[in-house]
Amino acid sequence: MNLPRSAGAVLAKELRIELRTRDLTHTVLFFVLMVAGLFSFAFSPTADESRRILPGLIWMAFFFAGTLMLQLCFVREQANDTLAALRLAPIDPFAILLGKLLANFLFLAAAEIVFVPVFSVFYNVSVLPVLGRLILVLFLGTFGLAVVGTVFSAMTAQARMRELLLPMLLLPVLAPVLIAGVEATGELLVPHPSLAREWVSMLAGFDVIFLTATWLLSGFLVEE
Amino acid sequence: MKGKEGTWRLAWLATAIVLGLAGYAIFFVAPPELRQGNVYRIFFFHVAIAWGAFLAFFISFFGCIGYLASRQQEWDWLAVSTAEVGLAFTTITLIIGSIWGKEIWGVWWTWDPRLTTAFFLELLYISYLMLRVMIVEPDRRAMVSGVFGIFAFLDVPLCYFSIVWWRTLHPQPIIGGAPGTGLDPRMWYVFLFVLVGITALMVVMIRERYRLEALRRQVGVLAAELEERAAPDESKGVTA
Amino acid sequence: MDIALTTSLGVEFDRVEKRFGALLALRKVTLRIAPGEFVALFGPNGSGKTTLLRMAALLVRPSAGRVTHLGAEGRGAGEIRGQIGLVGHKALVYDELTARENLGFFARLYGVSRPAERISRVLDAVGLRQRADDVAGVFSRGMRQRLAIARALITEPRLLLFDEPATGLDRQGRDWLDRTLDGLHDAGATVIVSTHDDSLAALAARSVHLDAGRVVRDTAASAVPLAPEARR
Repeated sequence: MNLPRSAGAVLAKELRIELRTRDLTHTVLFFVLMVAGLFSFAFSPTADESRRILPGLIWMAFFFAGTLMLQLCFVREQANDTLAALRLAPIDPFAILLGKLLANFLFLAAAEIVFVPVFSVFYNVSVLPVLGRLILVLFLGTFGLAVVGTVFSAMTAQARMRELLLPMLLLPVLAPVLIAGVEATGELLVPHPSLAREWVSMLAGFDVIFLTATWLLSGFLVEE
Repeated sequence: MKGKEGTWRLAWLATAIVLGLAGYAIFFVAPPELRQGNVYRIFFFHVAIAWGAFLAFFISFFGCIGYLASRQQEWDWLAVSTAEVGLAFTTITLIIGSIWGKEIWGVWWTWDPRLTTAFFLELLYISYLMLRVMIVEPDRRAMVSGVFGIFAFLDVPLCYFSIVWWRTLHPQPIIGGAPGTGLDPRMWYVFLFVLVGITALMVVMIRERYRLEALRRQVGVLAAELEERAAPDESKGVTA
Repeated sequence: MDIALTTSLGVEFDRVEKRFGALLALRKVTLRIAPGEFVALFGPNGSGKTTLLRMAALLVRPSAGRVTHLGAEGRGAGEIRGQIGLVGHKALVYDELTARENLGFFARLYGVSRPAERISRVLDAVGLRQRADDVAGVFSRGMRQRLAIARALITEPRLLLFDEPATGLDRQGRDWLDRTLDGLHDAGATVIVSTHDDSLAALAARSVHLDAGRVVRDTAASAVPLAPEARR
């Protein structure tokens, strides 16, 4: 009944499976690289323009990549009914969600580590001077995406047309993260960058509110 | 049962009368506004309906919590009824707001904080209803949509503040003097009257929708019973 | 079988109903399975066997009525879960992980003390020692079933629930299964098996027949009178 221990076990299991199959990371990486390329063909932006649109592009790419990836998070447990196996265990249901959302967070973060440098090179926007602050903003936004995405993935796993349903549920709820993430990233890419306190606190607030809600409602989320 | 139904009919009638009188008052009691002339009269309904929408979503939030806490289907019926009425009210708010905007701002739509929040509210609750369509089993549907309803409602203030901050960082359209500054007392009376009428309308609509949900459940149970009677009961008379 | 058990866990259903939408999967089922019993559950597909077993495993909550675990009065759901082993229709293991990794994962979730030792004992018990480091995805049906049983045994369960464990097994596999179930029962566990297979009925001391969500026959019915609703 020890939360860190059981959540850690779930996280380790997710990472081990992912390392063995690499399904999710490959999909997400390919998706974001494709967006980076296609976007350039579609708009051929100048350096100034890219500075302006890059934040939006980064976050939109992550949201859609995240939706693709999160889809699999609970569906993967259905092949052998392993969600039942998790629920049979004498653990806090929050441990299942926490382990999974941390795993999803790490998968997305791994994709970002590749993605941000590539974007910076493709669009000739230097991120090195603001790297620390950029990581903070990406961290908070990605965590919000991972929390809400994991919860909704659990909710929709047994629904009809879940492939359509998940983005429909997820994207409106993530609107504050999108706005705050894009604005905060934008403030870091201007000539005199600064860390926008209100946007960072919006992202942090979102994370805290929805992580708390997940903790309170976790018993329902893994139910049959 | 009969008496209860009669009470609700009276409630409908009273609502209709109040709303009819409100319509009259808006056009013939309230004076024209100084700068907007007659167009401002839209605001009586607009603001009252927006209030009704928000109140409905607020009740829906409690319906969701109530279901998860008690697992009684009735709470879920309340949650879905109020969400649907809230959605209808939001849609009307957006439409009549747009008509006003076209007249005063010269555009049908602008990404003003309140408009944008209403837009996201609309999206969130459309998602809520779509989710319900996709899950067939009533207990699971109630449970999952209960969780989503809570998430959606918690998201509303975050949406609102992010949009307010977002707008203050961007150029804003020139908006004529904010309504509500220096209202004539007659305007206030009319507004309160409209507010009462709209709130009453919200209540009776929710009640009708709730009854529909209850009837659906009843039909489901009856259909299952019928099916069972139609099938020859092999277990009949077999006891150990 | 050297799976040591102390006291076993029974389960009692008291006018239990389960409704999936308009479908009634269980109708006022009243059934008492005492600690240490070996019960075979019979019934056509859709008669409610799976729902009953999953309810006993605390996976499915009843729409009405009560499920109580005998011999665990006053314990929390978490503690009871730790003493139940379920072998379901599906294997309940991860195809991408090896047998040993699967068992290691579940041992951690169940907080098994000295997991390595326990895992090798369980692997021996189901005869998977040679294949312990192969991923479960390549296993044959028979081996998957062995792994599924190993998973259920990782926690030293006092109540074992098997949902049609013989499906897809060959003659040899069935014999092994019969011996295993018998061994587990001898070791003191309560065993409930749903099956179509008569060989298991011979093994079980009691058989319960379900149809359309009702108990229609119970060879130990004298011990538990059926509720009038259940006889309707």
